[in-house]
Amino acid sequence: MPEENGGNGGKKTGLLDKIQGDAKALKQVVQDKAKADLQTYKEPEKTQVFRSIFRVSHDDTPRSRALSVLTNVFFHLHPAKVNRDAVRYSFTWGMGGITFYLFIVLTFTGVMLMFYYHPTKVQAYRDILYLHHDVPFGQLLRNMHRWAAHMMIMTVWLHTLRVFLSGSYKKPREFNWCVGVILMVLTLLLSFTGYLLPDDQLGFWAVTVGTNMARATPLLGHEGPGGPQLGMTPFNDVRFALLGGSIVDANALLRAYIWHCIAIPLIASIFMGVHFWRVRKDGGISGPAPVMLESEIKEEKGPRPVIMKPSGIR
Amino acid sequence: MWGDWHQLWEIMSTPDNVPIVAMLFLVPFYLWYWHRQAVATDGLITQLEADPALAKTHHRKVFPWKQGWDREVHTWPYLMRVEFLAAIIITVILMIWAITLNAPLEEPANPNLTMNPAKAPWYFLGLQEMLVYFDPWIAGVIMPTIIIVGLMVIPYIDENPLGNGYYTYKQRKFAIWTYLIGYVFLWMVMIAIGTIIRGPGWGWFWPTQTWDHNRLVFEVNRDLHTLFGIHNRLIAGIFGGVVVLLYFVVAGYCVHLICTANSFTRKIYKRMSLFQIVTMNLLLVLMISLPVKIALRLLLRIKYVWVTPWFNV
Repeated sequence: MPEENGGNGGKKTGLLDKIQGDAKALKQVVQDKAKADLQTYKEPEKTQVFRSIFRVSHDDTPRSRALSVLTNVFFHLHPAKVNRDAVRYSFTWGMGGITFYLFIVLTFTGVMLMFYYHPTKVQAYRDILYLHHDVPFGQLLRNMHRWAAHMMIMTVWLHTLRVFLSGSYKKPREFNWCVGVILMVLTLLLSFTGYLLPDDQLGFWAVTVGTNMARATPLLGHEGPGGPQLGMTPFNDVRFALLGGSIVDANALLRAYIWHCIAIPLIASIFMGVHFWRVRKDGGISGPAPVMLESEIKEEKGPRPVIMKPSGIR
Repeated sequence: MWGDWHQLWEIMSTPDNVPIVAMLFLVPFYLWYWHRQAVATDGLITQLEADPALAKTHHRKVFPWKQGWDREVHTWPYLMRVEFLAAIIITVILMIWAITLNAPLEEPANPNLTMNPAKAPWYFLGLQEMLVYFDPWIAGVIMPTIIIVGLMVIPYIDENPLGNGYYTYKQRKFAIWTYLIGYVFLWMVMIAIGTIIRGPGWGWFWPTQTWDHNRLVFEVNRDLHTLFGIHNRLIAGIFGGVVVLLYFVVAGYCVHLICTANSFTRKIYKRMSLFQIVTMNLLLVLMISLPVKIALRLLLRIKYVWVTPWFNV
């Protein structure tokens, strides 16, 4: 039965030849596959991994441009399209976005600093010295955190100025202006609670001066109008609640630390979420809008209708 | 001691004071930047008001526009690239700032060694400066509350529908003057005074005047009622209350006069409800009370206007 030998026309082949043949075939397959793979590496956006992450093709069509914003969790705060003049620096001054960016920078550098910092009277000041002198780039890290905090206050104030001067707080954005005011106050409080943390003379006396004002809170402070009459003493008034004591000491340090690193950032994040969401829901940023003339003011009768347009639709 | 430029340089170059020094340039710059655009827009408004036919066809912006242009552009890339660029520029500025200037670190906290002057962080120095003119319960508690509430109330009392989403001066003169007086003079300038002028003992030292830790100031601060020869505490209390009440009435009437100064403001006034008018009037009167008290203190050396056993104003 010569056919039993595998269709070689009855010619007997050895095991070695068989392996050689297989190897040759395999080499051809590998070469072909490698060539095909190399081809896909030249176009990584066609790989399965890439497509599983970015579901939209990155070409120059309006659809892809819109989807690249809408399908990205970090970009989807934006509408797909914006007012053609709204991208001008002259209108927005970029201050709101920069403020948010600085918040991210501060969160990042802040978390890094937390790795080196103990909120205790024994160690806090030494940790700062340690940061300055021993931690690689520790001084730079602390500098960046502090100056970013100062810069954030500057940009928040300039953002407020821009929003006022462009009349952006007017209907339908009244509520978002209020959220913005709260965010501005939270920014100041964030910076102020961080001031005490190095536990040096500068922070100690600044916080002493600042919280001494709380003594004079009407009704709730022991030196404020009506306070003593309500039984307020240095040991039960609002200042005591802020400091966790009657003087700026270990408890005040811990409280400042918790407010600074956890509580206020959390609260501010929630308000930020509302702020950004409302920018979209109130119809995107306010302008540059077409001017309205004095003769076009309508007499108002009765309550105004509530307008809730999905963003992007005008 | 005058001409102490070295000390002025030390104050201005203190790392923690860099932001307010920067603001001394940034606020005027951005006000100029706003004003430039407001003038351009106001020009367009005047043009459109004079020519109703043009107003119907014009695209109503100062920016170039042609028929057939898209009114909107894609966020990607036209907005995203601006944001990306801004992030890079801010990062570079921050890095340079952080490399060149070190965050301050004083000696360890010592409750027994009082810093003189003991200053709050730069952004609260406006409030600390207010402490000179008002008692802590007003400067430290009431005023900040009024500022926050007052800011939040703005959109609900501003019944002027014009100027929504574009820069203008012409259509919102009253609102803009009010805000800028508060923002620039009652906040930024107060911070600048607290930072640059105030020295040991919170004394007033002009720029280039050397801080003298031993300077004694014999300020003869008087209460208003003593100027009128009233020494009975009960009568003084009633007198002070009447004066404060009189201030609210007179200042409120002045605010009312300003609000009805021309036909446009009268038109807006007519749109406001009584509650809106009263709220706005009260807030403005409280706002003006700060410069009034500053003037009383600095020019007439008056400490309190109203003295009672429980509180002083």
